[in-house]
Amino acid sequence: MPFLPDFFGQALNGLAYGVLLFLLSVGLTLIFGMLDVVNLAHGSFYMLGAYAGLTLIAATGDFWVALLVAPLAVGLVGALVERGLLRPLYRRPTLDQVLLTFGLIYLFEDLVKWLWGGRIRSIPPPALFSGSVTLGDATVPSYRLFVIAFGLAVALALWLLIEKTRLGSIIRAGVFDAEMAAGLGINTDRVFTGVFAFGAALGGLSGVIAGPIQSAYPSVGVTILIPALIVVVVGGLGSLKGSLVGSLIIGQAETFGKAWLPDVSMLIIYVVMALIVLLRPQGLFGRPLK
Amino acid sequence: MTPLRLLGFVLVVAAVAAFPAAAGVYPVKLLQEILIWGVFAMSLDFLMGYGGMVSFGHSAFFGIGAYVAALALQASPGVLAGLAAPALAAAAAALVIGFFSIRVSGVYFIMLTLAFSQMFYAYTFQAAWLGAEDGIVGVRRVVVLGLDTARPPVFHLYVVALVALAALALWRTVRSPFGHVLVGIHENEARMEAVGYPVSRYKLLAFVIAGTVAGVAGALYTQFIGSISPDAFFWTTSGEALLMVIIGGTGTLGGALLGSAAFILLQSLVSSYTERWMLILGVTFILFVLFAPGGLVGALRGRVGLRA
Repeated sequence: MPFLPDFFGQALNGLAYGVLLFLLSVGLTLIFGMLDVVNLAHGSFYMLGAYAGLTLIAATGDFWVALLVAPLAVGLVGALVERGLLRPLYRRPTLDQVLLTFGLIYLFEDLVKWLWGGRIRSIPPPALFSGSVTLGDATVPSYRLFVIAFGLAVALALWLLIEKTRLGSIIRAGVFDAEMAAGLGINTDRVFTGVFAFGAALGGLSGVIAGPIQSAYPSVGVTILIPALIVVVVGGLGSLKGSLVGSLIIGQAETFGKAWLPDVSMLIIYVVMALIVLLRPQGLFGRPLK
Repeated sequence: MTPLRLLGFVLVVAAVAAFPAAAGVYPVKLLQEILIWGVFAMSLDFLMGYGGMVSFGHSAFFGIGAYVAALALQASPGVLAGLAAPALAAAAAALVIGFFSIRVSGVYFIMLTLAFSQMFYAYTFQAAWLGAEDGIVGVRRVVVLGLDTARPPVFHLYVVALVALAALALWRTVRSPFGHVLVGIHENEARMEAVGYPVSRYKLLAFVIAGTVAGVAGALYTQFIGSISPDAFFWTTSGEALLMVIIGGTGTLGGALLGSAAFILLQSLVSSYTERWMLILGVTFILFVLFAPGGLVGALRGRVGLRA
């Protein structure tokens, strides 16, 4: 079994995949923390980001423009969804909002088929990172190293934003108890829209950044949602730290599962999830369940 | 059941049973598809509309019923293989999955059930002995009382009979004392607990009943299409049943059948005019969630002024 020589390369692949999962799941967990809604259309935001990125690269020839603009566009879609569709449901049980996000999946999936066709597409990596680097025994595409660095930078920026700024303390207050925050004079309406849009933009960002590694197709939204949900369950709902740690665990489990146990590789992440949920039902960093 | 209702039920069943005499092959197939998905949707409605447990993993039991029927019918074509074994397997799976899932509620319940069903998807997708991602093809149909349902008229009657039985059984259950306790738990779990009902046991039993009926639907479905693939387990299969329940009207078993009819007619009729049926379906569903949370049944009741 030639797994030892390959170990380092696999671990790097797993790290890159884990970082991608983090970018995807952090938006999901942020939205859940604030609105108590599991946004089932979060994979659709990823998909919209990937396709918007494709179009922007085709139009401008510049990956970096796509990386900047596509998430903004998806964030705008998120803001419209929150204002137009979720807001009217805030007086109803939160499950109605979850159901609504399920309907959005059909809408977005078909819109993408309509606008871009059903073919499998992938985003070309930026010229700067189109080669590969040799690290010890392993040859790694340099784009993966960029993804790892970029994802960890985003994690750091998010942590600073949420822990060290006034906006962050407002968000934390809203996550902890939205009603109380509103009572203390915070405009939670705007915070809700902002957080939903921000979470959607992060989903879009993950779609662009994943584009050169994972392919995009119209039903990728329902597929990619599953590992993101597993990360959130493992890490704990609504916890940013949990989202990072959960992503890194699931990223490694998936990558090494594929390499070492190819016959049952798809099951591995569920086994990991089941073990963690059995030991800690609320996830690694979740608040205890009521 | 009042005599009037019983008469209505019998008339509807008779009309559905006699439908092939008046219609061509394609409409009959559509009707069977509606009925089979209707059973699946009814079982989910029982769980969410009465038991208050919104599951995104109900496809697990549908898929288990289908796979067990497909496998068992290869060995012997009897009712044991085509109906009893799949129902029992689905019940056993529901007992285990329910045991873990009912400890949590709301979005946690959604995510846990969803993850369980995806686990079956992941397993069957790679299990060579189950045909991996292609699944099982050439599924044969059951032989009931010496009658081979491979003959289309026999199969139609078999489907109608099972659907009617499932509907009656679920209807009886929601109107039994058990059903009333279940609704009570849905409305106020803490109170029912305080009054002394073993809430967890009630919820688990409801979960098992729903899973069993979903397994029967799966067993019918694989015989209907003659094959089964891992897609049956994929979480969007649960989502489709959920769409049917919401469009038809949550907490009304008949609504689940109506919703199934709306979904399948929309899918097959609209898709023959335009490719955009998913868009239309998505928008329809969103409009129902926003403006008609009572679904078709709720809208109809509002129109004729009946109370729920």
